[in-house]
Amino acid sequence: MHIPAAFGRLALFLLPLVVIAPAHAAHDGARLYAANCAACHGSNGTGGVGVPLALPDFLSQADDDYLRKTIRHGRPGRVMPAFTKLSDAEVNAIVRQVRSWQTVAAVPVPKVGRGDAANGAKLYATRCASCHGARGEGGHGTGVTFSRPRNLPVLPPALNNAGFLASATDAMIKAVLEHGRASTPMVSFRRAGLSDRDLDDLVAHVRGFAKTSPAAAVKHTQDDPPVLVRVSGNSMKDTIERLKGAISGANMKLIRIAPYDEGLLEKGQENSRRMLVDACDFEFVNQALAVDPRIGLFLPCRFTLVEEAGKVRIMTINPKRLAVLFNNTELDELCAKMHAVYVDILEEATL
Amino acid sequence: MRRLGWLVAVWLWAAPAVAEDLIMVRAPLAFSDAMNVIQQSVRDHGYKVARVQRVDVGLKSRGFETAEYRLVYIARGDEIERITERHPELLPYLPLKIVMIAEGDSTIALTMNPDMLGPLFPGVDLHLQIRRWDNDLRSILEQYAGTP
Repeated sequence: MHIPAAFGRLALFLLPLVVIAPAHAAHDGARLYAANCAACHGSNGTGGVGVPLALPDFLSQADDDYLRKTIRHGRPGRVMPAFTKLSDAEVNAIVRQVRSWQTVAAVPVPKVGRGDAANGAKLYATRCASCHGARGEGGHGTGVTFSRPRNLPVLPPALNNAGFLASATDAMIKAVLEHGRASTPMVSFRRAGLSDRDLDDLVAHVRGFAKTSPAAAVKHTQDDPPVLVRVSGNSMKDTIERLKGAISGANMKLIRIAPYDEGLLEKGQENSRRMLVDACDFEFVNQALAVDPRIGLFLPCRFTLVEEAGKVRIMTINPKRLAVLFNNTELDELCAKMHAVYVDILEEATL
Repeated sequence: MRRLGWLVAVWLWAAPAVAEDLIMVRAPLAFSDAMNVIQQSVRDHGYKVARVQRVDVGLKSRGFETAEYRLVYIARGDEIERITERHPELLPYLPLKIVMIAEGDSTIALTMNPDMLGPLFPGVDLHLQIRRWDNDLRSILEQYAGTP
């Protein structure tokens, strides 16, 4: 083959790739955002389970490095996972996608002086703690959540979170204090009367949370069994009666008693040696949904009964073990309570 | 060109969010449409909807405010019977479940990554079955999220 002709053909072959490549790179961020972020933060960054990202003030205060580090570190114990498997190029593409929603110019980066953390602590207690918590533990629940009523329009961040502290610079924290964030309860503390020095003191106090930050916010023991089991020496019928009594004793509402395979097999073909007893504490569920709308994976409170060799085994999922899926410290506490309730019911039903 | 645009749109919507151990997708669908679409997707993959649990109805009947929130239980053929005959300890984790959450103009579908069952039950040799569930659930949710 004549070499110039071969080059010509190669160039013709590569030309469309060269033309398409920048467009593809631009789209890559959208695709990666859709795949990794949109389910929680909304398709257009308007929030949901996750906090809104397309807020003009947020994007004018948060630099790319903050976004990158937030993706990498997540927020331990606060739902946002650490995306450790994404490549740097993928993280950068997501950051570009989020940045594409910016409508307001970046605020000037403020100079941060050496602050007095003790004075910052006093200011924090009166100005910040009511939303961000006395120890910087943040507000309750998740993101903005459109699915149920809530006290605040957006979740106040946990300032003591290791992921936040690793992502936010002192200058960014000061910029937020200085300008506030429209569409959220975060006001401008400069306009509220604090001096530049006061803002430095607050930054010093917030930075000090690193010393008290919960190390690995979520501690789960892999020794917890995935299933809670108790065995009854009674018949299936008697065990169900006892279980009903135990459920009622736990102030839970009995929802249904049905063969395990109801809905899977033709009516009349179900296995009567496998039964389900579903129950619910609606107040608890309402509380748990406010803490984490993904809690449906635990619902309802379900007891599975299996009759074998004259004994009945009663089983439930172990909420403490399942909690590991959610990266939500608040939910961990509820799961521990739910675990205790399940154990009480199982024991009472099999006495 | 229109076809290409549609394919790109589906591609953008379809990739599921892999938040570690949960698989979660969002579709720009009103809740009632979303319920129809997810159930159709379940059937298209050879699964049966065993039951739909209306959590929102229970909550509202007791005075709590909530948007629509349902649990969709799915299973295929005698799969559960076959597996749990040998491993009854899996019964509390089955049938597979998809949580449907209304959020404004869109509806989230969420399920546990079946891969999680491996570490939960290390003594149970379910590798192939878990792979199949994982592929099926991802595909069901991709079809759901990709519905224009």
